[in-house]
Amino acid sequence: MIISVASGKGGTGKTTVATNLAASLGEAVQFLDCDVEQPNAHLFLNPEIEDSEIVTVPVPNVDEEKCTLCGKCAEICQFKAIVVIGETVLPFHELCHSCGGCVEVCPEKAISETSREIGMLEKGHCNGIEFIYGSLRVGEAMSPPLIRKVRSFTDIGKITIIDAPPGTSCPVIAAMKGADFVLLVTEPTPFGLHDLKLAVGAVRILGIPHGLVINRSDIGDDEVKRYAQEENIPILMEVPFDRRIAESYSRGKLIVEAMPEWREKFLTLYEQIRQSVTGS
Amino acid sequence: MKELVIISGKGGTGKTSVVAAFAALSQDMVLCDADVDAADLHLIMDPAIKEEHDFTGGHTAIIDQERCTQCGLCRELCRWDAISEDFVVDSIECEGCGVCYYFCPERAIDFPENTCGQWFISDTRFGPMVHARLGIAEENSGKLVTLVRQEAKKVAETAGKDLIITDGPPGVGCPVIASIGGASAVLVVAEPTVSGQHDMERVVQLASHFRVPALLCVNKFDLNLEKTEGIEALAKAKGVEFMGRVPFDPVFTKAMVHGKSVVEFDGNSSATLALNAVWGNVNDYLG
Repeated sequence: MIISVASGKGGTGKTTVATNLAASLGEAVQFLDCDVEQPNAHLFLNPEIEDSEIVTVPVPNVDEEKCTLCGKCAEICQFKAIVVIGETVLPFHELCHSCGGCVEVCPEKAISETSREIGMLEKGHCNGIEFIYGSLRVGEAMSPPLIRKVRSFTDIGKITIIDAPPGTSCPVIAAMKGADFVLLVTEPTPFGLHDLKLAVGAVRILGIPHGLVINRSDIGDDEVKRYAQEENIPILMEVPFDRRIAESYSRGKLIVEAMPEWREKFLTLYEQIRQSVTGS
Repeated sequence: MKELVIISGKGGTGKTSVVAAFAALSQDMVLCDADVDAADLHLIMDPAIKEEHDFTGGHTAIIDQERCTQCGLCRELCRWDAISEDFVVDSIECEGCGVCYYFCPERAIDFPENTCGQWFISDTRFGPMVHARLGIAEENSGKLVTLVRQEAKKVAETAGKDLIITDGPPGVGCPVIASIGGASAVLVVAEPTVSGQHDMERVVQLASHFRVPALLCVNKFDLNLEKTEGIEALAKAKGVEFMGRVPFDPVFTKAMVHGKSVVEFDGNSSATLALNAVWGNVNDYLG
């Protein structure tokens, strides 16, 4: 089962919920941190990294001997990632989406593909949990290929928990698509509600069952609850603001470590998700 | 003209609240919301929209079933697995590369341009504001960020304003890169947590990569004093100028619920006093 933890607004507690849920469930879990721009889950689960690999994407390489400067590659490229300037063809690798169009279109077979590094993939374990995360190279713009790479390790025999990036655009979609359930983490504030509505819109486009966790549930106002009721979105868990939680978070400690009584609550949360997905 | 971009790396550290406070303290600038993916600044600024424009960016392939002979070439060439066995394009998976459209031997694929959002020029109680709304699940957020920043510059020129304050997106990817290039400085709003520090380091590295000077302010500093000191020391080592600390203060949430900046909501709160000091330091820096 794949559970993607998302939020719309950043800083609402996605990573907190995802890591505590994982730690509560233990070795049945595979954890995929798909917030590759700012991966944080490893700071809380402290996995021992056993394997690292460089993740690359294919980009064009032009053989100037064969190139006749016909310009067909520049014509097909939608991303202005290859242009003909004077007597030379110039690929801009950081703009390339790796569609392979230029390679395919070149009548002289002058374009081949070479690889460009976009980030790292790290694999390891923590207390029996398989842990995989991606880390986008700083300065690199496009995260979806790295997110897809992390997700390619999905083990269907396990409970896969995905820590998604904030927002509602392409990286978030890449981290939610194909999940069995999306757990939306929000806070009861105007910003939290506004961005929650966007996230719900995205989850609905994808047609994935979803439920809410309201973090810092006793701050702000009641509008998030009213919205959830109106839209028939189940509230699966509420985490009140507790300075002890905030302080233990600041030190990289899990809630279930600082306050073991929370483990039961996260297991109940999982049970609700499981029932919603399997219908039993 | 100066442009200050407020970023954080990590989401939820208080970027937008800081922007709103600066707007209230300055009252002589143009506001720009470059967090187009999850724009929130308008919830405090209550902008009166004067101009609304569609944002077009990118294309999506659509297969005409009448003309399609199901030869399968498009499915073979598509690297996104966006074309189903019965030759329907999944518009969410479609990258907009146009390879299928270009090579279809029957010319059965259309490739229309997408309208993927709107952008606005508005008035607020503190000055003009340029902001946008990216459609849900849309791409090209970087292009939209570039567009709102360009428009904010034009508005500032026309209105004779010397300062643009830009609310940036979280992360270090495409929208953040688009929001900091060419800025006078970025102010990183960090929080004293292990993740706050990790994300601050990456975003400072990003600013340095694009040669934009970085400034630092630590929000909720009293949640973990040790971490705050750690972050400040780290920033110093990286040549990041320190602008000040802001305490954890429930007034942030209360002000937001009332649609106000912290400064307007409670002029005597500890957060307001701290933000006043940070604003003073930022102004001194910008000169």
